[in-house]
Amino acid sequence: MKSYMVAVAAMALAIGGAQAQSNYPERPVTMIVPFAAGGPTDVVARIVGEHMSRTLGQQIVIENVAGAGGTTGITRGAQANADGYTIMMGHMGTHGAAPALYPNLKYDPTKDFAPVGLAAGTPILVVSKNAIPAKTLKEFMDYAKANASKLNEAHAGVGSVSHTTCTLFNEQLGIKPNRVAYRGTGPALNDLVAGQVDYACDQIVNLVPQIKAGTIKAFAIATAQRNPALPDVPTTIEAGMPDYQVSAWNAIFAPKGTPEAIVTKLNDALSKALDDENTRKRLLELGADIPDAKGRTPRALQQLVDSEVGRWTPVLKAAGVTAN
Amino acid sequence: MDMLANLALGFSTILNIVPVELPGIGTVPLPMNIILCFIGCLVGTLIGVLPGVGPIATITMLLPITFQLGNPTGALVMLAGIYYGAQYGGSTTAILVNIPGEATSVVTTLDGHEMAKQGRAGVALGISAIGSFFAGCVATIVIAALAAPLTRVALLFGPAEYFSLMVMGLIFAVVLARGSVAKAVIMILVGLLLSTIGTDLETGQERMTFGFGPLSDGVDFAVLAMGVFGFAEVLRNLEVSESRDVVNKPIGRLLPSMADLKASAAPILRGTGLGALLGILPGNGAVLGPFASYTLEKKIAKDPRRFGRGAIEGVAGPESANNAGAQTSFIPLLTLGIPPNAVMALMVGAMTIQGIIPGPQVMTRNPDLFWGMIASMWIGNLMLLIINLPLIGLWVKLLKVPYRLMFPAILVFSCIGIYSVNNSPADVVFTAAFALFGYSLIKLGFEPAPMLLGFVLGKLMEENLRRALIISRGDMLTFMEKPISATLLVIAAVMLGLALLPSVRKSRDEVFTE
Repeated sequence: MKSYMVAVAAMALAIGGAQAQSNYPERPVTMIVPFAAGGPTDVVARIVGEHMSRTLGQQIVIENVAGAGGTTGITRGAQANADGYTIMMGHMGTHGAAPALYPNLKYDPTKDFAPVGLAAGTPILVVSKNAIPAKTLKEFMDYAKANASKLNEAHAGVGSVSHTTCTLFNEQLGIKPNRVAYRGTGPALNDLVAGQVDYACDQIVNLVPQIKAGTIKAFAIATAQRNPALPDVPTTIEAGMPDYQVSAWNAIFAPKGTPEAIVTKLNDALSKALDDENTRKRLLELGADIPDAKGRTPRALQQLVDSEVGRWTPVLKAAGVTAN
Repeated sequence: MDMLANLALGFSTILNIVPVELPGIGTVPLPMNIILCFIGCLVGTLIGVLPGVGPIATITMLLPITFQLGNPTGALVMLAGIYYGAQYGGSTTAILVNIPGEATSVVTTLDGHEMAKQGRAGVALGISAIGSFFAGCVATIVIAALAAPLTRVALLFGPAEYFSLMVMGLIFAVVLARGSVAKAVIMILVGLLLSTIGTDLETGQERMTFGFGPLSDGVDFAVLAMGVFGFAEVLRNLEVSESRDVVNKPIGRLLPSMADLKASAAPILRGTGLGALLGILPGNGAVLGPFASYTLEKKIAKDPRRFGRGAIEGVAGPESANNAGAQTSFIPLLTLGIPPNAVMALMVGAMTIQGIIPGPQVMTRNPDLFWGMIASMWIGNLMLLIINLPLIGLWVKLLKVPYRLMFPAILVFSCIGIYSVNNSPADVVFTAAFALFGYSLIKLGFEPAPMLLGFVLGKLMEENLRRALIISRGDMLTFMEKPISATLLVIAAVMLGLALLPSVRKSRDEVFTE
């Protein structure tokens, strides 16, 4: 009798649970963006989130929880209830470089999440001030090697995208320049335009207008294909540094244990957003790479996270950078 | 002539009447941009008055709405209105309840709140509105006429120049002191120390956080200011039950008299100039504006002792500087596409979401947006004056609310405001801790204003010092080799000498009399 009751209760729970999942979402969904509002990740989250809200029939509310290179917000998201009402927009830093940068990290990017899907890739460019005599990436590489002791690289703080991606650039080039830290990309770019510092690596979003206006020089874009936002800038493969392939990708994650039905629903909404013409147009204007159908699946994202953690950890450890 | 044509384009963009479908009424032609500008200014004023809720939190909250507008100019005009509306509103709280909502209104508390205590709250609010309006108008003309050439000023300031500017700023802090110079210096040093808490930018190492997570990004300015000013002030007021000095005084005039206006005219002019110039600098140079203006007014006053005891010049000058700086800090954003402070970074995001990527070409590629923004600043300033002057009577009446009702409201709103800065509960607890600290400071006769300035400048100063030295490969002479930097350091040295001389002489006199 008792076991029968338990079975009925369990069944009722299961049905109730299944129903809750099929009705999902019944209230607004919070998307944690682990950076300040207005930055590249925030903008991608808002553009994609806006269309996803329409598909889901519930508003996706962006909550900016900035701090510690994005790990504060992701930690909070990882510990949230796995009911699909808290999701987060992670990126290359929080789910790739963080384990190497933060020895006391409270989450494991490869294990503590239910990946939803890749939202956008944001290619990295190598740029310099106009006064550098080099015209191509090859010339710049020669110049950098010859003047390594005089060279100043600007980045947006230890652990930032510009810092990690340039760490890899410097390592592949075999140079140890002076690295000048700024509080964010804005001030770093200001000093690059003004010629106070020599070069930088950064996300395409921040750089397109400056390159088009001719206030700084772009040597190469670190992707396999050229970008429609900057059709004249050659890829690193064309320009002679084929191993330098980096992107500050943005992807949606849910906490580990989020029911598969909910993840599927979210992934479906994300995929619809990425197929929407207006959303695509906005993302392309930013210079973003929109993943194709294969690249959007939860499985593809899990593979991306695994490979990124595996790739950045040795690079950053070798360079001796930790933030903590 | 170009400028006039451009301004005409701007005004026509702002005054543009578009058919809007209103549910139930049908299609009505409305000047949407003007309405959005008004909404922005009104919301800005209101959130500026609420202690703690700053423009950053508000603009972030309103970002999703801008999606629905489908009109980039209107959306940006509204967000800009929130920003400078908040600068107006922030001085209201600074004057009435001694809470600086932003770094830029710290100075306003010094004489503004003293004026309120003397029953001159209306006059203080009035002169700050008038000064801000004048400064806003001038700054708008500066942006329209000189934005492009002024961009070069922003690029002239590298790390070395910036460091020297901050050194000069710290000397201002000494002059801010109402009482003992020694105590002021101690407070500046405390502020500098507080600014070193958090993750070090160059190495990524945590400093003075004791491994405590919430400290890893340092102490937020709002947390510190709200604690040592707002909460500590509440504690101090609670000591004396229901006999707050403000309540006992008659309200007095609501608007400044001719004599007040006469006394304020020159400070408003000087404040506008200083604020407009400092606002252009990258890295939040605008925060220095009000401090610089206050220092200047105190230095050239016939009787500097009136400052800190309700001198109207100490409100008029800094308030004008504040608003002029708020306006000209749009220059680097509009002409270079590079945001000079956190609010402008948010504006970049707002523009990007609207499909306009800010950069050097915005002026030529989106002239209606560029000039529309500029025209909206002038209209916005006019609106703020219209919104704020009638409100003065209302604000002053708030002072009549019994304190037992007032202080819980202040505390609740402040806590909400602080939480909204980073969505972090730990910040609220920190504020409470700083309240106790601030209260002990008051009891021991230390002033928090120089500490706040030290805190704001400390981080900028240290980071730029290290940047400059990394670039110069450790050569200290870099600060003297660059002409702008050298000039600023010399000015700082002279000012320090002027500040210290009287007290040195006085102590010598004291020695002789004994």
